[in-house]
Amino acid sequence: MIPQFTKILLSGWTKGIMLGGCLFVPTTAWAFGHSGVRVWLPENLSIYGKSIDGLFYLILWITGIIFALVEGTLLVFLFRYRARAGKTATYTHGNNLVEVIWTVIPAIILVFLGFQSQKVWSYVRGNPPPADLEVQVTGEQFAWNIRYPGTDGRFDTEDDITTINQMHLPVNQTVLVHLKSKDVIHSFFLPHFRIKQDAVPGITGHLWLEATQPANVEIVCAELCGLGHYRMRGFLTIESAQAFQDWLGSEYGDSH
Amino acid sequence: MSVETTRSSFLRKYIFSTDHKTIGIQFLFTSLIMLGVGGLLAMLIRLQLGWPAHYLKEQSLVHRGFLILEKLLPGGFPSGSGIMDSGYYNMLFTMHGSIMIFFAIIPLLVGVFGNYLIPLKIGAPDMAFPRLNMVSYWLLPPAILTVCSGFFLQGGAAAAGWTAYAPLSTTLGPGQVCWIVGVIILGTSSILGAINYVTTIINLRAPGMTFFRLPLSIWALFITAIITLMATPVLASALILLLLDSTAGTSFFLPAGLIIDGVLQPNSGGQVLLWQHLFWFYSHPAVYIMILPAMGIASEILPVFARKPLFGYHSMVYAIMAIAVLGFMVWAHHMFTSGMNPTLGTSFMLSTLVIAVPSAIKTFNWLGTLWRGSIRLTTAMCHALAFVSMFVIGGLTGIFAASTPVDLYLHDTYFIVGHLHYVLFGGSLFGIFAGITFWFPKMFGRLLNERLGKLHMILTFIFFNAVMFPMFILGIAGMPRRIYDYTQYAHLAHVGGLNRMMSVSAFILGAVQVIFIINFFWSLFRGKPAGENPWQANTLEWATSSPPPHGNFKAIPTVYHGPYEYSVPGRKQDWLPQHVKG
Repeated sequence: MIPQFTKILLSGWTKGIMLGGCLFVPTTAWAFGHSGVRVWLPENLSIYGKSIDGLFYLILWITGIIFALVEGTLLVFLFRYRARAGKTATYTHGNNLVEVIWTVIPAIILVFLGFQSQKVWSYVRGNPPPADLEVQVTGEQFAWNIRYPGTDGRFDTEDDITTINQMHLPVNQTVLVHLKSKDVIHSFFLPHFRIKQDAVPGITGHLWLEATQPANVEIVCAELCGLGHYRMRGFLTIESAQAFQDWLGSEYGDSH
Repeated sequence: MSVETTRSSFLRKYIFSTDHKTIGIQFLFTSLIMLGVGGLLAMLIRLQLGWPAHYLKEQSLVHRGFLILEKLLPGGFPSGSGIMDSGYYNMLFTMHGSIMIFFAIIPLLVGVFGNYLIPLKIGAPDMAFPRLNMVSYWLLPPAILTVCSGFFLQGGAAAAGWTAYAPLSTTLGPGQVCWIVGVIILGTSSILGAINYVTTIINLRAPGMTFFRLPLSIWALFITAIITLMATPVLASALILLLLDSTAGTSFFLPAGLIIDGVLQPNSGGQVLLWQHLFWFYSHPAVYIMILPAMGIASEILPVFARKPLFGYHSMVYAIMAIAVLGFMVWAHHMFTSGMNPTLGTSFMLSTLVIAVPSAIKTFNWLGTLWRGSIRLTTAMCHALAFVSMFVIGGLTGIFAASTPVDLYLHDTYFIVGHLHYVLFGGSLFGIFAGITFWFPKMFGRLLNERLGKLHMILTFIFFNAVMFPMFILGIAGMPRRIYDYTQYAHLAHVGGLNRMMSVSAFILGAVQVIFIINFFWSLFRGKPAGENPWQANTLEWATSSPPPHGNFKAIPTVYHGPYEYSVPGRKQDWLPQHVKG
């Protein structure tokens, strides 16, 4: 009894549910596309962000084309070589020439991507350019401590300027950031600069930044650091050199 | 070898069985239950991400649900308010990841298919060490209970992510310690199983079953077992060091000067990055433990339903070997932003890009198998095709993460979450569904219902993509992973709608799995009787009754061919079993 019942129940339903399911994705995608919000890379503010984005788009194009070719071929094969009466499959165990071809071509593409990536990698993470300004950033559960060296240009002296979660940087100047952590691992993530670096206890990490235009953006903690991880947010203000010096002066006044 | 043909007690036959088939089925039920548990945790994660800010109205249905959950899992809700706090959320994704990886995907692929298929497919009456095999299963329930007991302890379950990065993991409560102990137990189980698989495959192959006549699924399980043997002891050692750091005051991973909760810690001399190196030295090969058997299953099913020999058998085998070897050289690509020397990043980027080559070879050979075939779209075939098409996305998105500069941006964002779900759900889980559908008739003597199976397959496929594909977009928009509330960040102010759409899709994806459960149990008792060889397949497991008797074969078969002799010209039937001469 049960098999007949499910058969009757499902004959109309299966197709209906499958169709409904198939329509769900395009419908929501359409609704989302027309809601007027653009979910994509945030605005780029750093001098090297352009190279990173360029590499991202290069990989997006290459993988996009490969994706379309592979999935397209799969669909064509499924249709063209579907089982039909009187047609048998071709008996073959493969072909060494095509094996070589589809080994060498991906290898060439990947080596090419490796070289392209390495160029950008040594630019961003290689020896930093001479710094106009150095800043110490120390992560702790759940805040960013920002320390500026003050007029003597040296850290851990009397005239250091410290703030919590407030980072100001001058535009068009090379900044060297020294990253530390007091307790657990945090990750200093600036989405608009396309850079991320873990703040690891026991190690001082380094990264360099150069902003291309004034802006107000946020510092994200990207490494799980405990209960308050989600609200470990800092604020980064990029402003003219003069505005930066004024801010630094007022912060100095506040803390001394 | 212990082939006890005497009638045995219920306890010996079904509970403490040494028969590889019973052990495989024990693994199947245990890990399917854990797949369900892990899936339910994912639903709770999506509940939070869909409605992150104050979605709990007093006395609303969800709020009442949480009050019940609070009674069931007291450790999880220290606040007593019936509101999911950030600590509980951290616990959810930690336990979701740990349960899915350690108690669902690995036992399903390695425990179920390894145990059930290896002796049958190589023509052996049982495993080389049946009692060791029994122990390897019976370590699994204690491991599960230990890891999950955290939910009932003060402070709740483990909450440091499935990666358990020190020092965060050493600062957490007893739930985290239980997690470490449980994973050590599970690792022991894996090692025992792997010893058994390697020994069995090397020593117990039927006459004529040369290495290059082994089915691809056995090759995959063989190489997987070797990876397990080489990698899992490293994890076990690292976990023991972490356990000592957490409980005995040692400083393997803890440097001097840590200030936790305002208290200066007495540790000195430890290295934080050491944990990451040791952990990923196991956990990256573990990714291949979770994908190679699924690749083997797909390579097994595609020829059967394309009625065509596997394209490029030898290159498929060499590709598995290449993946296994390279898989040990790529671990630090998880650490490009960890503070590791950038030059080291370069070498790990190159090895990671190179490992994409054997994966590409496998994909092209699957396409080659379909080329000029005679394709039958059974449920098992549909799942195997879903595996191939989704693995392509998982593999291609890995190239973004492999490129060090792009990873600077994408690391620890939802892009990675999407990537890993395309590999582990789109890849491994579709492979598992394919395998269960394909071998269910051999295991239980009855076929799964094709109509329900296809309904389940197509809906899972659609809603899987609806949940996971937007993750790439979220990652590109800069949404970090493991985040309880993303709404406070200005650059994420506009991703709420997309997240809600994903959550709704996730709930439907979860609900759709009920079809699989109904199909499974209904077919178990009422399915169409399968007969010996319902798929007209060549490999040895189809040369015995369904289910096979104790000892598997009436007489050990002799093997004359490779496993994929389909549509051989000049034969009446389009299949040529391995044990049939001619």
